[in-house]
Amino acid sequence: MKLAYWMYAGPAHIGTLRVASSFKNVHAIMHAPLGDDYFNVMRSMLERERNYTPVTASIVDRNVLARGSQEKVVDNITRKDKEEHPDLIVLTPTCTSSILQEDLKNFVERAQIEAKADVILADVNHYRANELQAADRTLDQIVQYYIEKARKKGELPEGKTEKPSVNIIGISTLGFHNHHDCTELKRLMADLGIEVNEVIPEGASVNNLKNLPRAWFNLVPYREIGMISARYLEEQFGMPFVDITPMGVVETARCIRKMQQIINAQGGNVDYEEFIQNQTLYVSQAAWFSRSIDCQNLTGKKAVVFGDNTHAAAMTKILAREMGIHVVLAGTYCKYDADWFREQVSEYCDEVLISDDNGAIGDAIARIEPSAIFGTQMERHVGKRLDIPCGVIAAPIHIQNFPLGYKPFMGYEGTNQLADLVYNSFTLGMEDHLLEIFGGHDTKEVITKGISAGSDLGWNKEAQGELNKVPGFVRGKVKRNTEKFARERGFSEITLEVMYAAKESVGA
Amino acid sequence: MTAIEAPQALEFECETGNYHTFCPISCVAWLYQKIEDSFFLVIGTKTCGYFLQNAMGVMIFAEPRYAMAELEEGDISAQLNDYEELKRLCVQIKRDRNPSVIVWIGTCTTEIIKMDLEGLAPRLEAEIGIPIVTARANGLDYAFTQGEDTVLAAMVHKCPSQAPVKEGEKEERNAISKLLNFGRKKEDVAAEESEYVDHPPLVLFGSMPDPVVTNLTLELKKQGIKVSGWLPAKRYTELPVLEEGYYVSGVNPFLSRTATTLMRRRKCKLIGSPFPIGPDGTRAWIEKICSVFGIEPKGLDEREAQIWASLEDYIKLIRGKSVFFMGDNLLEISLARFLIRCGMSCPEIGIPYMDKRYQAAELSLLEKTCQEMGVPNPRIIEKPDNYNQIQRIYELKPDLVITGMAHANPLEARGINTKWSVEFTFAQIHGFTNARDILELATRPLRRNSSLKDLGWDKLVKEEAKV
Repeated sequence: MKLAYWMYAGPAHIGTLRVASSFKNVHAIMHAPLGDDYFNVMRSMLERERNYTPVTASIVDRNVLARGSQEKVVDNITRKDKEEHPDLIVLTPTCTSSILQEDLKNFVERAQIEAKADVILADVNHYRANELQAADRTLDQIVQYYIEKARKKGELPEGKTEKPSVNIIGISTLGFHNHHDCTELKRLMADLGIEVNEVIPEGASVNNLKNLPRAWFNLVPYREIGMISARYLEEQFGMPFVDITPMGVVETARCIRKMQQIINAQGGNVDYEEFIQNQTLYVSQAAWFSRSIDCQNLTGKKAVVFGDNTHAAAMTKILAREMGIHVVLAGTYCKYDADWFREQVSEYCDEVLISDDNGAIGDAIARIEPSAIFGTQMERHVGKRLDIPCGVIAAPIHIQNFPLGYKPFMGYEGTNQLADLVYNSFTLGMEDHLLEIFGGHDTKEVITKGISAGSDLGWNKEAQGELNKVPGFVRGKVKRNTEKFARERGFSEITLEVMYAAKESVGA
Repeated sequence: MTAIEAPQALEFECETGNYHTFCPISCVAWLYQKIEDSFFLVIGTKTCGYFLQNAMGVMIFAEPRYAMAELEEGDISAQLNDYEELKRLCVQIKRDRNPSVIVWIGTCTTEIIKMDLEGLAPRLEAEIGIPIVTARANGLDYAFTQGEDTVLAAMVHKCPSQAPVKEGEKEERNAISKLLNFGRKKEDVAAEESEYVDHPPLVLFGSMPDPVVTNLTLELKKQGIKVSGWLPAKRYTELPVLEEGYYVSGVNPFLSRTATTLMRRRKCKLIGSPFPIGPDGTRAWIEKICSVFGIEPKGLDEREAQIWASLEDYIKLIRGKSVFFMGDNLLEISLARFLIRCGMSCPEIGIPYMDKRYQAAELSLLEKTCQEMGVPNPRIIEKPDNYNQIQRIYELKPDLVITGMAHANPLEARGINTKWSVEFTFAQIHGFTNARDILELATRPLRRNSSLKDLGWDKLVKEEAKV
């Protein structure tokens, strides 16, 4: 048993549902107790989805516990088949059903006899895989299923597309800014003259999966979802894949150069250097931003980065390599893929933290006292408590991280968005400090009855000096507490003695 | 016991139970806030943790006094010793938080692997010196608010059975009131006593925000009725005394296990009444308690009329309109009864579980209300099937659908007004004073959508192709 207050990655079935519900006309049926269909709420709320989430539960209740599901699962599958006519039904086990050890495989086979839809059982061990691993596996499972099916029927299309083309693999529902990234990637491909063959799983039809091999190569933008499928397609069809996340100016260029190499190896004749040059120097603003004096002010500022592998690694490189920011600590909660992360970030930060314990990250942030944090919603709250600004760069996320406006993290527009995110986080931090140092219009805590407390309280030189030695993020509190103390006791000037008396009385 | 047969005229049906609701472990969200010195330990899997984390939203960051005891593969296959594992965790909780009680919430997983929480608790309690309450609030057996029911039913056993008498001032009678008035001057207490009619002790059950507790307590005080205690109280250490023969009354419709436990295990007498939701419900609730104690209620007519008058601006928005309850929190019967009294019609009330005995008085008030308002009785659908319900909603085109979040946005996108049902669980809806809050919630979609109505943005999905 583990005492846990918070988790970064969800349970396995969430990953399966994310992939299944990303496809068009695929229905997932969870073998789960009442209340486990919370996924539908998240999708409906966070993504503000207009359509019903194609996920239902075959309820496990007391009767099921006593007698087994018997006909229930099969009935639920065939019923859904008749009601919604999906192309595919994915039976999804949950933690509960995995301990019941019912023969779900058998239910699937029986249901398949009656159902028009294809029926598969998501093959995920609840106690060994988390949300991200499960999503990766389920996507691969569906891809394999339809490739095999087409192969058996002799429907696998021969040959490649005429022009260079790509499959974008791993865009999914409830993914961090996935929709915007997808649009940006398509735009990038259009600019490069690469046809987008298929995007999976988001918005894809399972009937088109047989066309995957027609693409010249695969692009896997996120480390967490899509790698297994890309490796499968490489093994089966010799399809090369690009797994460089095009996030940040340098990495985007690297990703494009890799695509160029792959295309040219297959007889294409493309040269993207001029495009990269033009985008980097004149179109995207990020390279110019790095050179501008604004960014100069960020030089050597301390930052902590934490998130999933893709975003934390990319962010660390951007901060360190493109903006001259001092990344003291970079961390990931993807413990199962920790080696990759270490290898990616080691040269760009002082420490690497691999942990899924939010307490450990919180403590590290408090110890390091960075000027800004780039993390998940959890780190944002740690930042709030410590008065350190935070830019959210990875899931787990809240509804405000599903913006209506166009906010990709990838490609050249992504570099602009990231520059804004970084800059805004740090400026706010600076502004805060300046206000504190110069005793500006701080109204966070009202000390007197009126708002205009004025400055009838003077800090003498020694006390002011002492105050400035207090670490920035608690300085405001010390100042307020001392002044409150002085006012209550009727001191007109704050001296070192008053300061210490205040500290002793309130533990300021 | 007030076992009235359910009125014949109401139709009850039961569907497949394929509906969306919250897992009952969600009760920790409001109970840990209510019982200030408690700590809730949910013994379950990542699935449970993920649900709580997301369902409670920002509350999770406020250092809640709840945590998961996350079961790992070793726990499932019994390679680890449950007792030792729980002890390790509870000792850590004691060290970090020092609560007055630890509530273990059993989940589906502990049920399936048959972890003997009830057996382990007394041993561990003795060993670490903190009371442990065990509640099986799992999705195999219960829905959403029934979680609170399982916790309160378990707490009934922990209520003191005799009022402690303070050293030095051993008066025989009214020991409980002295306990409640602890710290006040004796003369004050004596003066206050006279405001109450002499009646057997009354304990109310159901977790309410403190302002509602005060409000309902004062409402009864106006009738000279004294509330001897609430289950739960603000602190675990203040759980009410329950002696044989005490009267108890439930303030929420989902507390049937608690009611049963109070009657059977503590020999209390249950006052079966409608629930104090809406001015009609509140009045009926007070009248019923008064009648049990042989008190002639005073001023209720004027009080109720005055509240109705103050609600008129809201009521005119919903009068003559229809409301459909998909059903997920067991407040449905009471809310429907109130909204029908406001002039709405209600074709269907979905409800997860219907205890016709515990809700008997509420059901007959519903029936009476329908007759008096001249609207047909609603169909009451136990364990509804959301898919079928959506087909019925398309047919009936109700003006308002009260539903869970899973269906709210998709229905709105199809031009159907919805109100998120969970808000009724967290808002203050009890008593005369809070009737306005119910209508504030119920009319919000109508008010919002009427301000958008001229824009022609009703249907925001393309017509689905008929296959």
